[in-house]
This record gives sequence, C-alpha cells and structure tokens, in this order.
Amino acid sequence: MPLNPAWKKVLVIGSGPIVIGQAAEFDYAGTQACKALREAGLEVVLANSNPATIMTDVKMADLTYIEPLLPESLARIIEKENPDALLPTLGGQTGLNLAMELERRGVLKKYGVDLIGCNAETIYKAEDRDAFKETMLALGEPVAESTIVTTLDEGKSFARSQGFPLIIRPAYTLGGTGGGIAKNSKQLEEILHRGLQASPIGQCLLERSVAGWKEIEYEVMRDDADNCITICNMENIDPVGIHTGDSIVVAPSQTLSDVEYQMLRSSSLKIIRALGVNGGCNVQFALNPVSREYVVIEVNPRVSRSSALASKATGYPIAKMAALLSVGFTLPELTNPVTGHTSACFEPALDYVVVKFPRWPFDKFPAADHRLGTQMKATGEVMAMERTLEGALLKAARSLEIGSVGLRIAASGGWTEMEIEDKLASTDHERFFAIAEAFRRGWTSLEVQMLTQIDPFYLAKIKELVSLERRLQGEPLTSELLRLAKVKGFSDLAVAKLTGRTEEAVRNLRMELGIIPVFKTVDTCAAEFASATPYYYSSYEEEDEGEVTSGPKIVVLGSGPIRIGQGIEFDYCSVHALMALQGAGVEAIMVNNNPETVSTDFDTADKLYFEPLTVEDVLHVLHKERADGVLVQFGGQTAINLAGRLEGAGVKIFGTPVDSIDLAEDRERFAELLCRLGIPQSEGRSVTSITQAATVAEELEFPVIVRPSYVIGGRAMQVVYTLEELEDYLRRAIYLSPEHPILVDRYLDGKEVEIDAVSDGETTVIAGIMEHIERAGVHSGDSLAVYPPQSLTPSEIDQIQDYTCRLAAGIGIRGLINIQFVVVRGKVYVLEVNPRASRTVPILSKVTGIPLVNLAVQVALGKSLQELGYKHGLAPEMPYVVVKAPVFSFEKLTKVETSLGPEMKSTGEVLGMDTQFGHALAKAFAASRIPLPQDGSILVSVAEKDRPEAITLARQLSQLGFGVKAIGDTAKALALCGVEADVVSESSQALQEAIRQREFSFILSTPTKGTTPEHTGYLLRRLAVEHGVPCFSSMDTAKAVVRALQEIRSQTKPQVLSLQEYLA
Amino acid sequence: MKAALVLETGKVFMGESFGASGETRGEVVFNTGMTGYQEVLTDPSYAGQMVCMTYPLIGNYGINKQDDQSEKVQVQGFIVKEAALNPNHWQLEKNISRTLAQAGVVGIKGIDTRALTRIIREYGVLRGVITTRLEHLNEITAKLKTWQVPENVVADVSTKKIYTLPPTESEKGSFHVVVMDFGIKKNILQAMQAQGFQLTVVPYNTSAEQILKRRPDGVFLSNGPGDPKCVQAGIETIRNLINQCPIFGICLGHQLLSLALGGDTYKMKFGHRGGNQPVQELETKRVTITSQNHGYAISEDSLAQTPLYVTHRNLNDQSVEGVKHQDLPVFSVQYHPEAGPGPSESLYLFDEFAQLMQEWRAQHAS
Repeated sequence: MPLNPAWKKVLVIGSGPIVIGQAAEFDYAGTQACKALREAGLEVVLANSNPATIMTDVKMADLTYIEPLLPESLARIIEKENPDALLPTLGGQTGLNLAMELERRGVLKKYGVDLIGCNAETIYKAEDRDAFKETMLALGEPVAESTIVTTLDEGKSFARSQGFPLIIRPAYTLGGTGGGIAKNSKQLEEILHRGLQASPIGQCLLERSVAGWKEIEYEVMRDDADNCITICNMENIDPVGIHTGDSIVVAPSQTLSDVEYQMLRSSSLKIIRALGVNGGCNVQFALNPVSREYVVIEVNPRVSRSSALASKATGYPIAKMAALLSVGFTLPELTNPVTGHTSACFEPALDYVVVKFPRWPFDKFPAADHRLGTQMKATGEVMAMERTLEGALLKAARSLEIGSVGLRIAASGGWTEMEIEDKLASTDHERFFAIAEAFRRGWTSLEVQMLTQIDPFYLAKIKELVSLERRLQGEPLTSELLRLAKVKGFSDLAVAKLTGRTEEAVRNLRMELGIIPVFKTVDTCAAEFASATPYYYSSYEEEDEGEVTSGPKIVVLGSGPIRIGQGIEFDYCSVHALMALQGAGVEAIMVNNNPETVSTDFDTADKLYFEPLTVEDVLHVLHKERADGVLVQFGGQTAINLAGRLEGAGVKIFGTPVDSIDLAEDRERFAELLCRLGIPQSEGRSVTSITQAATVAEELEFPVIVRPSYVIGGRAMQVVYTLEELEDYLRRAIYLSPEHPILVDRYLDGKEVEIDAVSDGETTVIAGIMEHIERAGVHSGDSLAVYPPQSLTPSEIDQIQDYTCRLAAGIGIRGLINIQFVVVRGKVYVLEVNPRASRTVPILSKVTGIPLVNLAVQVALGKSLQELGYKHGLAPEMPYVVVKAPVFSFEKLTKVETSLGPEMKSTGEVLGMDTQFGHALAKAFAASRIPLPQDGSILVSVAEKDRPEAITLARQLSQLGFGVKAIGDTAKALALCGVEADVVSESSQALQEAIRQREFSFILSTPTKGTTPEHTGYLLRRLAVEHGVPCFSSMDTAKAVVRALQEIRSQTKPQVLSLQEYLA
Repeated sequence: MKAALVLETGKVFMGESFGASGETRGEVVFNTGMTGYQEVLTDPSYAGQMVCMTYPLIGNYGINKQDDQSEKVQVQGFIVKEAALNPNHWQLEKNISRTLAQAGVVGIKGIDTRALTRIIREYGVLRGVITTRLEHLNEITAKLKTWQVPENVVADVSTKKIYTLPPTESEKGSFHVVVMDFGIKKNILQAMQAQGFQLTVVPYNTSAEQILKRRPDGVFLSNGPGDPKCVQAGIETIRNLINQCPIFGICLGHQLLSLALGGDTYKMKFGHRGGNQPVQELETKRVTITSQNHGYAISEDSLAQTPLYVTHRNLNDQSVEGVKHQDLPVFSVQYHPEAGPGPSESLYLFDEFAQLMQEWRAQHAS
C-alpha cells in the first residue's frame, strides 16, 4: 500500500536536548524523516526544543516549533495545528514517552490524531517491563527470570529467592538511567532506591544477571504488509554488563555461527511482527557464550542510537525508510537509495568491519565514577570502517581524540599490575587500553578473559597487535613490516613512536614505498551491484574505487564525537557549510567519524569520507580528491587544531588564515593585538611556582581565575577567592613547572555577553548579542543566555560592536568569529575570541534568519559581505526573545560536582522562545527538564559572599508563597535579616532523608570553595541530582527562576508560534 | 607461502596460501554471506567452483561438527581476505585452514576480495586458477581460456546408492518422499525429516519407474551444481514423474523441473550467492529474504510454452524465483528455504509440500 491518503499533515516529535543516552542520533533520524515525509508530499510540523539541531532549521519542516517537549506544550501545538498524525518514533525515548502521555490524556483522541510508526499498545508492550515480559513469554521468546518491583521490600524478597548478582532496570528511562548491577543487598538497596526514583512510574525490573554473555543487537524493519528485514546485527565486544552505549561494538557480529546468527534474526523478526511496529525496531539479546541459550534483553520499538549506527555502518537509511513505512509505504515499493536501482526490501551485506567506540566525558570529570555498567555514561561515539578488525579498532581509537597513540594512552605505561587488574575487572573506561597493556606485560589471554569475559577471538586480535608493536620496536622497518602495520591500523604516529622516528619520517617513508590507502565504497551489497552512493572509507587494500571529478571541490572537516564542550552545534555548522558549498557550485566533501550525525548521512555532502580526523587521515582524502583546500572553521576545535599542520603539508585553508587563527589562540600574541587595538581585557600572567602565583594573585587582587596553560587529565579552570584556595589548587596541579605554567587572570565580576559574527576583513556582520544570565565565571556553555540582551546600555552595545569589528579586522578573520566579553560597570572587556563557529551559531542563525555559516563559506570562497547584501555592524534586533538553557546529565555521572564554574559541564541545550522574556525564560526552564515548582519549600544554603542576594531572593520567594528552609550559617544570616526560615539539620543523614522525602521543591546551594567531595554543599547538590530535585548553584540562575515564577503567575499567556511565524 | 589467483582475463591477485598448497582451477564465484562459510564450503552445489567470500573475516568461529552440508568440503578453491588464525567458539573443532588442508582444498587469503567481486560483477563468472607455483603464471591465462568447465558435476556429488532417513518429528503427518539427489544439502534433508517425512534418497539418474515403485507420497528434486541442461537423465525422470505424485524442487531441482516441462534455462552473469536475496511471492506480495546459490536461472519467456507459471520473483533483478504447475501439485523455488546458511523464514514451503501430498493422498485414496 502506498501513502495513506488520510494523513496529509504529520507532527514529528524530536528528542530535545542532548543528554547522555540521547544524543545527535535523533537529529540525524529526525532530519531524515522530515525530508522523506516532505518528499512524499506531506506537510510536516516539527516540535523540538533543541536549537542546535539541523532538524529545527527553518527549511527542514513546514512548521517548526521550538517549544518544550512537554505534554502541555505539545497539546497546545496539536490544538493549533490539528495534524492528522503524530510520528513519535524518531524522537527517541522522549518521543515515545510524550506520545504515551498525550494518548493517556486523551489529547490524540480529542483532536483525531493517529499515532503512526507504532501505536500506544506497541509502546506499552515494549516499554512496560511487565507487559514486555508477558509479550515475550507469549511468543515463546526467552527472557531472563525477573520481577517487577515498586518497593524496596519487593526487591529484597526477589533477591532472597534468586540470589545475586541482579540487574536493576528502571522502567521508562533512557540510557539506563538509575540502573545498575547489584552484587549484594547493600548495593541492591542503593541502586533500587535510585532506580525507583528515576523511573517516571516508580517501577523497576529486577532480573537474573546474564553478565558475561555475548551482547548482540539486531536492527529490524517492518512494513504495514508485514514484510520484515534485518538491516544489520551488531556484537558488543564488551559482554553483557556494560550498557551497549558504553560498549565497543562491532558490526556485523564476528563470533556467531550462521546457526546462531539466524536463530537471533528469526527471533527479532518474530518480535517486531508481534509488536506490530511500522518502521524500525531494535532488539537486544544476551547469548550464552557456550550454548545456544539466549534471552531477549530489550526491545526499542523506534529508531535509536543503534539504528543510527546501523545506518552508517551499512549505508541503509533506516530513519528515512522508517518514516516512509510509518505513513503507509511498503518495503518492496521502495528502492534502495544507496544502489539506486535495487529493492529497499533486502538485507545489507557488509564487506568491511565496523567498530564503534564510545567517547566518555571523564576528561572533564576526573572525580566521576569511571566504572562502566548498565547506566550509560558516554556522551558520544565514533565509528570506523576497515577491511580488518584491527584496522577498524585502531581507526576508532584515534578518532576519539583522547591522546591515544595506537593501543596506548599517556598513562598506560605507568599503570601498576594491580591497576591493570582493577581496570580489567571493574569495567573501567580505559579497559581497552588496559587489555593491551596487560598483553604487553606478558599476561595470558586466559588471565585477561577471566577478568573481562571478553571473547578470546577479540583478545587474540589485541594480542596480535601487541606482538606487532614488539616487532616494530625490535625489527628493522622493512616495507613489508610497515605495510603490515598500516593494514592492522597503526597510525604513522604510532609507528613513529614504536620505531623511534618522527611522524613525518614515517609518512615520507610510506610515500616512497608507495604504501598508501585506497578508498572503498559503502554500498549495502558487498559490491554485488553497482552503487550510486559516494560514501567511502580508507583501507590498505589493492583497488581504489573512488572516482574523482575535475571540478572545484573543498573538504569540510567535521567535529568528531559529541563531547562536553563540542556538541551537535558543530555538526549543524558543518552541514550548513556543505550546503553552502553546493550552493556555490563547489563539490562539497565531508570528512567525519561520528555515526550519530547529519553530516555523516550519505546524501548530505557530495562525497562522504568516514575517517578519523587526524592530519594523516585527512591528508589521504585531500590527496585522493586533489581538493582545492579545506574549511576548518565549522568543525569545532577538532578541525581548527588540524589547520596548522595541514597548511604545513601544503593544503590551502579556506577562510580565516592559519596565522590569524594562531593570533587569536596564542595568548601572548593576542594580548599584544588587544593592546595595539586599545581594547581592554582582563589582566593575567603565567606563573611557574606557588610563590610567584601568590604574588601575582595579590597584585591582581582576588578573586582570580586559574587554569593550566596546557591540558592534563581534565584539570579544570577555577575561580579562586582566597590565597588558601589558590595554594590548594596549585598543589593539585602536580605538573606545575617552567615548561607547564599556570595562568592566573583577574576575575572580572560582571555580566558576560557573547556575539557571533561573520567578517570578510572589511565588513563584519554581527548577527546578535547573547547576554548571559549567570555572571562571568560560569562557562558560557553552562549559562542561561538571552537574545536580544535585556540589560545592556546603548553605550555597552556600541563598545561590543566596535570591538567586534576592530577585532575581526585586526585578526584577519575571513568567516566566523565568536567573542566573549565581560561588562563591568559600563566597561566592556574581551574574555576570549574563537576564530571559528561557536555553540551559539545555530541559535543566532535560526532566530535572526541570518545564515551565518552560509555567509562564512561564501566569504571563504572570496565573496564580500557587501555584495551578498549585508551591512557592517550589529544586525537589527528581532521583536521576540529567546533564552538558551543548558541541560546536564549529572544523574548519569555519579560523584560529579554539579555546581557551575568556568569548566563546562552541560551536555546539551534547549531554547525557550516567546515574545516576552519571562515566558521565554519559563519555557527554557521547562524545556531543560527543570519543572518550575508551583509551591512547597526552598532549601537555601549559600556561600558567605552570596548571602546578601540570598536574603532578597528568600523574601521574594516567601512573597510568592514558598516556604523557606535553610542550613547553618545561611539560616543564621536569614534570621538576622528577619527572613523567616526553618532551620534544617546539616548532618548528611538528615539531609539525605529530607531530600528523599521530597521536603524541598527546589534547592539553592552555591559552592563556597574548592571542589572537595566531602563538603556539605557538594553532598547536597549530588543528593538533589540523584533524587531529581531541581538545584541551582548560581545566584543568578536562582534569580532567573524567581523571575520566571513571577511571570508564570502573571496574566499574559505564552505564545504558541512556529519559528516560521516568528521570522515572518 | 605465497599464492596467486589468476583469472582468465589475465588479472593476477597475489596472496598467501592457506589450506592445501598446490594448484586448482574452477569457476570463480562470490558469496555475500557474512556468516555460514562452513555451510558454503560443504554445499555440493559449489562443486567445481572456487568461492570468493565478500566478507573479509572468514573462519572466526572455526569449523564445527554440526553445520556441514555434506560429507566433505565441496568447493574447488576458497578465496578470502583473512582466514582466522585464532578462532573461538564453543562448538569449535578445528580452524578453517586445517579443514581445507585435510580436505586437500587449495585456499588463498590476503586478497582484495572486493576488487575481485567487482571484476566478477563486471565480466561475469570467470575461470580462474589458484596456485602456489608462481613461476609459470603467465602460461596459466592462455590455458584457462581454452579450458572447459567440467559438465557432469552432478554425477560426482550425487549419492551412489539409495539410502533412507527416518522422520525426526513423528507428530507431524507421515509421508514418504523420494529425494532425487543432484547434490543435496544436509539441511534440506533435515528440514524434511523435521517435517515428519520418511525419506528415500536416490541417485540423480534413477528412473521414474524405479522411483514410483517405491510408492512415494511425493518426490523432491534437490539442489546441485552446474548447468541443468547437463543433467539429461534427471530431466527425463522428472518428465515421467509429472502427474504421478506431488513434486517439489529446490534450486537445480527447480531448473530441472522447468526443463522437463519444456522450459528453458540460461546462465546468469554472476548468479545469486548469499543470504540476503529478496523474493516476492506474487500472489500475496509478501517478501521473504532468502538464501541462494545458483548461477543458472529459468528463462521467463520460455514458460509460456509450459504448464508452469511464475509464483515468485527476485525483487532486485526480477528473475524467476518460483514456479507452479497450473493444474498439478508441482512447484519449485530457485532459493533455499532450508537455510543453512541464511534466513530460515521460508521453511513454510515444506509445510506446503506436505499439504499437497495430503491432498493428493486424499484424492487418490483407493
């Protein structure tokens, strides 16, 4: 059956902000879906609160609502738009949960909206633990013995009958939030309590642990005529026990016999048929490594992170097809878009190995618990393809940008045997490197297998790599040995380190010997059919099949894995750069390694190279393509960091020249420039000893900002207020030495603002100014930010405009520039300049309608902004307000200090949009999943310096009808000023109990000093996160909350307008 | 040890020898299955052929005792990118290299199998030689061009004597099926045993008279290697079986059935070999993903002069995948519903065969 004629207008739900467990993959899925549905002639209405996405671009849907993904806002959109159908399966767990809630509230029925892709019953059967178990048992599909519990006691009694270990999985949570494996009753109590809290319906599944079994996933598709296909299966190298999002995954499975492969495939088809999904579905199995016994672990009746991976791994566009199937098309009616001439109803055959490697945020959170388990902790992932498993593994490892060289990380050589054993046994995130280190020290495969339960097939591969390391260290580097090293995935740098050469020397030797990679096509069919798709990976093989055109072409470097500080916004910029190049008649070539993104969709660029973003790998692409040059300003710091060496290798850098990039990034050169231009900046020096630091700090006056001038294991930037704090910081900066200075800057206590502009050297167009709500000292990525600015004076705006224009010209920007300023008592200081795309480019592009990236590309190609019709200076303000709010994933990262500071901690962001500031602010909070409390009590515990402000705030909250409670000195201060506040005991046990009992609607807790975990404030903030109580660690955020609370109670109503309507 | 793969086009791939050393020649074909190399190696339909696996890592789970499709390794040569040195699996018996060596089958690894596949896709199936004797490579091409692919391969792989197999599933209806063995895979026999059939397996050249003497409820026509037109004895037998009992054919058996009824077959450019071929049943529009291994196909035009009509079609190239007799309980499919390797979702065809035998028995009860 083709398109169902009953559905003309479809509402698509996005997945909202990036959080751990739900990342860029849903932008990829949603974007594909929107495109496919519109191509099929449907009108698409999109709701998503995440402004950094491609899918929320004004051209992706007919109408785009950047609104909170909450049932109330969705209901308002449905009421206004009256869509015929709602497609929830492209928006991750958020989409499904919302659909269920709208169904439950009767909204869908009321407005006659059909749920498509999968119905409420399907969602219920797959998501509700009890229903899932029943469904599987009815099908005769095995599940691990389990029980559903809603109380601790039920859990304990199950444990008595089953014994340990037990797996705890909260119902309806994403990325396994709140789950874990309990090995004893104490752990059970702890995890189960957290899990029950995390589950929106207070329900957890306790199940027999099959930890150590093989974890296998199948991506399945089904159409309305009941045709079913599997797109891909995947095997986790890490056996059951580590969340699949935190596992190293290979596709296709490597260690399953055909009988096992088909057994699980048949089971997957049976399950998707029984659930009646129209579209994509993910089925996860645990397979006993020594028999055919298996259990179904989980089913996701929607596209997922795994399906994005499967799409990129095979080339088969699952999300696009899923969207088409949801509106009635059947698989045999559709053509395989990759070959362009065979049927879409088939199963891809791979002739290469795919490896996915997770990217964890522990570099940013050294204090976090680094052990992996059933709760996902990775923020992103990379994928690599090669014709050997080893090659794919090492390509993936170097794509992570964690400083690994081959199978080593900086620390691995220094680990003790105990540490290695611990890393292997406790599923540490560095386990992969620990395995290699163990083999390096002569451990046997059996020993490693006992500790890790990883299949000996994989361990043998790693062991072989270690033997090869040894050969490289001990033997002359012959052509054969070098070739073998390359086939097995070693980078030039790795070979260089092992053979005592420089990377350049290895590269030159390789070129002399003609050892260069060829490029192979990803075609879904293992070369059985000719394919139209320009999707390539490199391999040290014989035949190169990439065809190269002779026209103008430019390579865009992507931003690699999603990590804290470098998120989906850079993918947005990369995608727009590709589109701009295409618009300018230039062949647009993408190099990236992130399988979750739109930029690595095979039909985004003219050509896609799925490669690590290293100089070596990028040069291969550039030489192969004989490209005119590269664009580095859109792929975040990843791409910018390659600029210098690429230029050194003779590559033309389009846009801002390398020297200008250096001018902006080199502190000394930059300070000189500011001095020459007469632009003020905060004072600072670099110091190499504790005494020197103390002198400088006294001179600059506390507080000061301190940070290392180089990056080591996540040592963060910090604001220090006292000499004691400074000394404490420096003592922990263990590598302080003349070679590794620490930078001490005066901390300017003012308003932080930032701009995004595009410049051609003469004309500089400032799209807008975003004013941060938190004062300087909180990382811009973690601040609430508002456009247009709400409290800047005309003179301040003038200064910002003037400095921006002069800086752009002075640095020699040809393209994008982002500047962060701090405004102190009417005076504007420059904090930082980024000669590249920034986190706020997508937001400002969207809300001002100024296509920043497009302009930057055109400028890079030689056009002037004037001829493009743009005027010098700040663009006119738009008549509405947007507030960007950060979103954190602290609940997944146990032990992390949650208070805000100069080091970024958020994983994603949302946008609140309205004609009034207060409503925009309230929407931003709502969208960032901080439900603003209507009543109840606030707990106040703030640092001494914040008390005066806290007193005012407490008064306002009291007037709004909230109860005020306080701890210790804060309570005393409030009492002194006559604010009535209940005193709460400071003892950690009492606090824990009070928070558990939900005695506080929200908490205001600002950090005093240091970040040492034993502090009451730290404990309070962690407890709040773990129990889902909103907690604010900055006075400014708290003030904004109060403002939003006041607004919500005002008479005016929030707007329900699409982006298109705002811009009209 | 170094080895070379030489094609009739003159192209030479250098690689390393694995399995037996020496020299072997045959038709080079490719298989796109990502698992199931053991089933491929032992599938008699590959007799005379050198199989190139498109998936680069072969032998990861080794070779076990259970998954063989016949008594021996059947391929003429084996071409892979990488043959696992350290396989691991709970059923593991030996690694693939040792298996080939024991079977005396020459293998070559370290080949850019994708490049080879692209050549086959371009030129069609090619004659080739794998050799560890590298000194006379240039002579090989000339010899290959004049070399004739052996014709009567079925005779080599078919059973020499008649044997019987009991049903393994006794609760299902019991039928006696005579199986014409043109090179049958074990999984087909097992699938029918599991269907409750009592099997009598007979050589490919058994006459219809001899078969009917055994009073079968139905006759099954097996898969097998090579050009169906070379199996004249089998075609003759099938012709004489029509209207005598229900008949079900798979792969070569399917082609032979058409030939017996006046249809024609042709050699495909590079055939279908793998576990991902989409086949649509025309009546229901339902698609199943099938396991296939054939280099010949039924010419659809030729069916006009026969009592057969097309029931299944390949969605990729529209080739004929299944036929049925207009009046009689006679049908066949080009693909392998028994799986092993490949998807098992077409097993229901054995049910249909049972159904036909049931009806036939009812009609002919005397």
